[in-house]
Amino acid sequence: MGLFGDSLHSLRSLEIRQAFSQAVSLGIIVASALIIWKGLICVTGSESPVVVVLSGSMEPGFKRGDILFLHMSKDPIRAGDIVVYNVDGRPIPIVHRVIKLHERQGTGEVDILTKGDSNPKDDKLLYARGQLWLQQDHILGRAVGFLPYVGWVTIIMTEMPIVKFRFG
Amino acid sequence: MHSFVYRLNTLVTFSVLLLGVLCAGASILDSFNSHSVRAHVEVLKVNRFRRQLNGNDEVALTLNISVDLQSAFTWNTKQVFVFVAVEYETPKNALNQISLWDHIIPDKEHAKFETQVTNKYLLIDQASFLRIPFCIKNLIIWNMKEHGSNLRGKKIELVLHWHVMPKTGRMIQDKIGVSSFQIPEAYT
Repeated sequence: MGLFGDSLHSLRSLEIRQAFSQAVSLGIIVASALIIWKGLICVTGSESPVVVVLSGSMEPGFKRGDILFLHMSKDPIRAGDIVVYNVDGRPIPIVHRVIKLHERQGTGEVDILTKGDSNPKDDKLLYARGQLWLQQDHILGRAVGFLPYVGWVTIIMTEMPIVKFRFG
Repeated sequence: MHSFVYRLNTLVTFSVLLLGVLCAGASILDSFNSHSVRAHVEVLKVNRFRRQLNGNDEVALTLNISVDLQSAFTWNTKQVFVFVAVEYETPKNALNQISLWDHIIPDKEHAKFETQVTNKYLLIDQASFLRIPFCIKNLIIWNMKEHGSNLRGKKIELVLHWHVMPKTGRMIQDKIGVSSFQIPEAYT
């Protein structure tokens, strides 16, 4: 009887220990994900260094569900760069290519016009009402790297109701 | 001891890691590919040169483009986006870059071609509205003649850009100057 109680006791303490170690390792995973994300923000200088392509306006280069790595270097933006930009009043940033650029004498301020590779028209209609050009502060970053398909994870997480219900 | 889920976890972790290494490797190999691109672009004709109502100069051109971008393709290349842009300086802007024509090359077989095109996007300058008021006997006269037109007689550089878009990894951009062209003095 005493022997049985002892082993039950040690088993229970093992369970508690295991639960603790699981909690710690989960904490480490969450913390390291946060470290990587914040580290990327620091290194790339872009406030969202990794974005998921949601629309097909850059097909066949970028498809829905692909991942882009952004960089916000000191180099000025030039025609042909693929930039991610925010438009006032639109919640989701847009990834398109710069087709026109005017850089001011002296101040270096830029006027930028973008277009999606597979769109027939440029983006003037996507911009805010009355806005003809993008300025530097609309730009979130410049796409430098590409990884296919991985973004489907987040698209499924955010758009499929069942998965959202289970995990979020 | 090692349950099914545990084994599956190890397997998935390992394969994701391997896939990551392969992707990085493919992208690194790309940077060893030195490409020598040959291109020739010239302006055949000025179809239209006018001043828009808002004062911006507008030019429509016919271009002859011959490029050989075969060397830009590697096994990790999904497509090459090629475009011709003009570059010039004006009193207002230190740099104006305007894309005239672009094209997506899907594979190596289509990377060498010659074509005649009119510009897909109009060359529209950004006029400098430096309206200088000066008074003559209480009459204000706006002098915008000097700064309204930037493109008359302007020498513009034509530059061929290409953007190698990989199957995975780093994107590569490069350009070469191909020719220069002087826009006529007179509107058509």
